[in-house]
Amino acid sequence: MREITLSQAVNEALAEEMRRDETVFIIGEDVAEAGTPFKVLSGLVEEFGTDRVVDTPIAEPGFMGLAVGAAMTGTRPVVDLMFGDFIFLVMDQLCNQAAKTHYMSGGKLNVPLVLRTNLGATRRSAAQHSQSLHALVAHIPGLKVALPSSAYEAKGLMKTAIRDNNPVVIFEDKLMYNDKAPVPEEEFLIPFGEANIKREGHDVTLIGTSSMVQVCEKAADILAAEGISAEVIDPRTIVPLDEETLLKSARKTSRVIVVDEGHQSYGITGEIASRINEKAFYHLDAPVLRMGAMDVPVPFSPALEDITVPTPEGVAENARKLMSGEMIHAA
Amino acid sequence: MSPAKTKTNTEDYLRMYRQMVRIRTFEDNANQLYLSAKMPGLTHMYSGEEAVAVGICEALRVTDKITSTHRGHGHCVAKGADFKEMFCELLGKEEGYCRGKGGSMHIADQSNGNLGANAIVGGSMGIATGSAFTARLLGRDDVTVCFFGDGATAQGLWYEVMNMAALWKLPVIYACENNGYSEYTKTDEIAAGSIVARAEAFGIESHQVDGQDVLAVNALTQKLVERARKGEGPFFIELMTYRYHGHHVGDINREYYRSKEEEQDWKVNRDPIIRFRSWLVEQGIASEEEIEAMNAEIKEDAAAAVEYALHAKYPGANEVDMHVFTDVEHALA
Ligand SMILES: Cc1ncc(C[n+]2csc(CCOP(=O)(O)OP(=O)(O)O)c2C)c(N)n1
Ligand SMILES: [Mg+2]
Repeated sequence: MREITLSQAVNEALAEEMRRDETVFIIGEDVAEAGTPFKVLSGLVEEFGTDRVVDTPIAEPGFMGLAVGAAMTGTRPVVDLMFGDFIFLVMDQLCNQAAKTHYMSGGKLNVPLVLRTNLGATRRSAAQHSQSLHALVAHIPGLKVALPSSAYEAKGLMKTAIRDNNPVVIFEDKLMYNDKAPVPEEEFLIPFGEANIKREGHDVTLIGTSSMVQVCEKAADILAAEGISAEVIDPRTIVPLDEETLLKSARKTSRVIVVDEGHQSYGITGEIASRINEKAFYHLDAPVLRMGAMDVPVPFSPALEDITVPTPEGVAENARKLMSGEMIHAA
Repeated sequence: MSPAKTKTNTEDYLRMYRQMVRIRTFEDNANQLYLSAKMPGLTHMYSGEEAVAVGICEALRVTDKITSTHRGHGHCVAKGADFKEMFCELLGKEEGYCRGKGGSMHIADQSNGNLGANAIVGGSMGIATGSAFTARLLGRDDVTVCFFGDGATAQGLWYEVMNMAALWKLPVIYACENNGYSEYTKTDEIAAGSIVARAEAFGIESHQVDGQDVLAVNALTQKLVERARKGEGPFFIELMTYRYHGHHVGDINREYYRSKEEEQDWKVNRDPIIRFRSWLVEQGIASEEEIEAMNAEIKEDAAAAVEYALHAKYPGANEVDMHVFTDVEHALA
């Protein structure tokens, strides 16, 4: 199968959906001629014109709100938020307006919009350009949240998101835009709420999101060399969450580590861990472990930044602890 | 150039020149560090806009405050910062102004009243207004200058705080550095109407000035600062200027949004340093030799600071969870 970058995959998904449905449009800063600073949207304005690939002033709450209104009245906006960190600027329009409109209207109004943005540290971009803030929006009922872990997921999830009648937030890992993966030429969609078992194993389950899937796979390699068999699962969407697949694996291996790049406290890892604790308690041999980004603002200095995110070695180390029974005594 | 001044200001003029050259030299070195892959991440060059930061900051006291932007090295130098701590910060070293935690986009220099650069466009508009609020509440006579770009005028926050600053007559000067572009887009394409008129709509006295003319910027700012101290603020200044480099150091191929001819025109015909230098010579304030000597000395200073920073220590791993809270030494201990 041909291989394309995550960036190309997103670009293809958008182009295909824009060809298929003329109500789909893109709006955001430097999306048209510049094709975004990451060049993800290059070429789209040439095909679809500036009416459908719309450059905005630097006014995130403004264009987010505009997109909500446009979505309520018959279009399908894809809002481009240059950095995930800017989500704080659009929170009212996203969480008070977009997320609640369908419910508050008793099911009469829809907000079929996609907010595409990014996450991920270690790019030396400091505290306001490095955050992974998906837990914030996952907390708000009414928003779906997708976390593609490769070019394949980026394409399939984006297409599903655009066709979904609810507001969907997609976080791409900004360090993965140039990473290649096999992506079929023929059309495909990835349904929301279907986890992907990346690798089967029977000793320990590693649940990873976004780029942490790669971290888990590398950890699984390290562990395999030591005779520990790790199962790696990518939930792909955290809202909706494919609980069944996660629980099934937890029941099988009886040891679970959840790895995500958001801050560890009050985050995705805690949510998934507690669902497993609640629903697979009798099958567990050890407490479910959480591994998130360190609970500090992301530091600029490379000497500090690299130690704030989960690493394959760290995941492997925790897996060994689970295997040795150390964690049971600790708990 | 603005009308000639008497020679009694010789020292002020020479300091302004020196500060402009220090900014240019700092940026040349920072760019070199990026190109030679010695600097982590990206940075935004201030080259070309020196007369703005220097003209304004030379009208301020150490106790006056500024808020800065993602393009903040110029403001930082102009407000009195040292090369050594700045380069250390850019390289993520322990001796940097922020112990390496902030980097280029978050440099703050508490000792000189620089409340910090900001990586959120428009993010400092509230902070600057709050700083002016403090001055009024505590009966201090210091003034705050809020630097931001033309692109930032699109942020709603500005209109909210201008309203309050005008209502409460706060000692804040909003200084818009209009360099014609916000990232890869011409300002004309994303700014409706007149920027000056927007501030005027709040009853704020507003001025437009040639941001490549350090004397004009300085003369205007001096007047406004004095009046702001007396409670006659706020004010707005739109400074017409130009950035020589790309949006950031990695923005090399930029002809799709900006022509080489346009860049050349600004660099050759409107450069703030070249213009001021010939004025200094014409007026007999400094000779060519004196100016060359000054330039050389600044170059050496910068080279020494870069060398120092390259060999300086990184912060220890145990610093990672320090400074999360003021009253907890290690947040994760
Ligand atoms: C809230 C927010 N939106 C977008 C960005 C990305 N961004 C960084 S600088 C910039 C352009 C700013 O233009 P301007 O205010 O004119 O300043 P200049 O870069 O020209 O000095 C943009 C869009 C950001 N950092 N923060
Ligand atoms: Mg600008």
